[in-house]
Amino acid sequence: MSIRVYDIAHARAGDKGNTSNISVTAYSEEGWAVIHRELTPERVLAHFRHLTPGPVRRYELPQLRALNFVIENALGGGVTRSLAIDPHGKSLSALMLTINLPGHNEGVGTP
Amino acid sequence: MARDKIRIGCGAGFSDDRIPPGVEIVERGDLDYLAMECLAERTIARETLDRAKDPSKGYTPVLLERMEAIMPPALRRGVKIVTNMGAANPMGAARVLREHAPDWNCPDYSCAVVQGDEVTDIMRAHPELPLMEDGAPLESLLPRMASANAYLGADVVARGFATGADLVITGRVADPALFLGPMLHAFGWSYDDYQKLANGTLAGHLLECSGQLTGGCFADPGKKEVEDLAGLGYPLADVWADGRVEVSKTPGSGGRLDVATCTEQLLYEMHDPSAYITPDCVLDVSGVTFRQLEKDRVALNGARGKPRTATYKVVVGYFDGYMGSGEMGFAGVNAVARANLGIEVVKERLRRRGMVYEEMRVDLIGMNSLHANDADWAPEPYEVRLRIAARTTDKKAAEAVGAEVRSLHMQGPTGAGGGVNFGARQILAVKSVLIPREWVSPEIVMERAA
Repeated sequence: MSIRVYDIAHARAGDKGNTSNISVTAYSEEGWAVIHRELTPERVLAHFRHLTPGPVRRYELPQLRALNFVIENALGGGVTRSLAIDPHGKSLSALMLTINLPGHNEGVGTP
Repeated sequence: MARDKIRIGCGAGFSDDRIPPGVEIVERGDLDYLAMECLAERTIARETLDRAKDPSKGYTPVLLERMEAIMPPALRRGVKIVTNMGAANPMGAARVLREHAPDWNCPDYSCAVVQGDEVTDIMRAHPELPLMEDGAPLESLLPRMASANAYLGADVVARGFATGADLVITGRVADPALFLGPMLHAFGWSYDDYQKLANGTLAGHLLECSGQLTGGCFADPGKKEVEDLAGLGYPLADVWADGRVEVSKTPGSGGRLDVATCTEQLLYEMHDPSAYITPDCVLDVSGVTFRQLEKDRVALNGARGKPRTATYKVVVGYFDGYMGSGEMGFAGVNAVARANLGIEVVKERLRRRGMVYEEMRVDLIGMNSLHANDADWAPEPYEVRLRIAARTTDKKAAEAVGAEVRSLHMQGPTGAGGGVNFGARQILAVKSVLIPREWVSPEIVMERAA
């Protein structure tokens, strides 16, 4: 049993230089408990390892049920010189949402 | 005369942002001020080059098209405008607007220009400055430097409005400062009242990307619905003299503005939430909360402000070679293998021609072009599109990339179609340095009709 981040949270990606930041916001308190416990910087880095060696830092905003991940070296050398088709990494929010988290109780998805 | 409350709308969030929602918020938003943010990190470098070729140019290329639509209704309604579309030539922008204003039936207006963000001479005088990205001295970039501009703060925008101007045109100003500036001016806030600076900066940060606060970058059918996304409206902020802020959007427009959209935009392009550095203050959003007051109206609370730093950030634009690219599609049985053969053929042809590249990137669009881990994590698609992009200091080598890809039409594997040669473009990259504030002397200059 596992649950996708997609099922319990939404995300947005932004860029600065060669660093991507991706916020992940849980739809519910139950979902927040899951991402807060399971969506660790190590797990995120493992999922992004084909794109970047990291590092990944995580910031917590519990009152908004949100995590902010700062992923360095993720944008192919930086927005202005990257050869990537998505140099801003705008679509990386969707990659974040495909992460599977270890199984937990049902009913933590969209209200 | 100090006011009790003002309303500031966002009319554009990037240089090619959609114009109709900007007109709509002017006509239906009951605004006091309209701010338009149109300057990405590197666009000013391009515009500096334009100005070098033609001293009357160097402002944002879309300036006239946007202002023809926005200025007449704004001026008729008494909505004051601030924009960074001056780019590398704010006075040039002001002058060309004055030339065209009579054709647009604009009422008479007064225009203040902010100058002094351009600091290329200061960069040349200080080759020892360390780059923020890697600590290396600025010196190595100087021979290739195309532009250098300091991010000015809201104080200069407020000074612009203090002249009585209806229109304030700037070059490089920090994005949130375009919104904080009108607040400083209208309320006479002290530039050391960090609680109010924080509230205003937070409002500016939320509004500066236009539709990203109101349902843009958000919709996911069946999961996160956005009403009338096609008619997405731009955001506005109601700000009170005591620093209270509520955000909303153009009445009757499409989109949505709620705690979820505000939370996504709050963290957009933010690293440490307790230290978002702007020229005006160090904003701490780690305790921010949003409260939905009614449909499409949210109150902001919990922003904290720390004293501004002693430095301005300068973005240095520099030439970094050329990039060439091209694409070709393949479909049907064995499409992926044929695309891969096409890639090998292009690489080999470029090699035999003696072309040299710093870096080459190969994508199979539909399989791994954005961020898929590997082709093996998806079933093989019916059709796939190869893309090859490469960076080089040699313009001819850059041009050869797209040309070789496109020639796969006739000289590649079977069943190739839809080839495109995107040609070569010069790369303008950016890096940053910090400089003491006192090295920069921004000034306000009035533009007058000849």
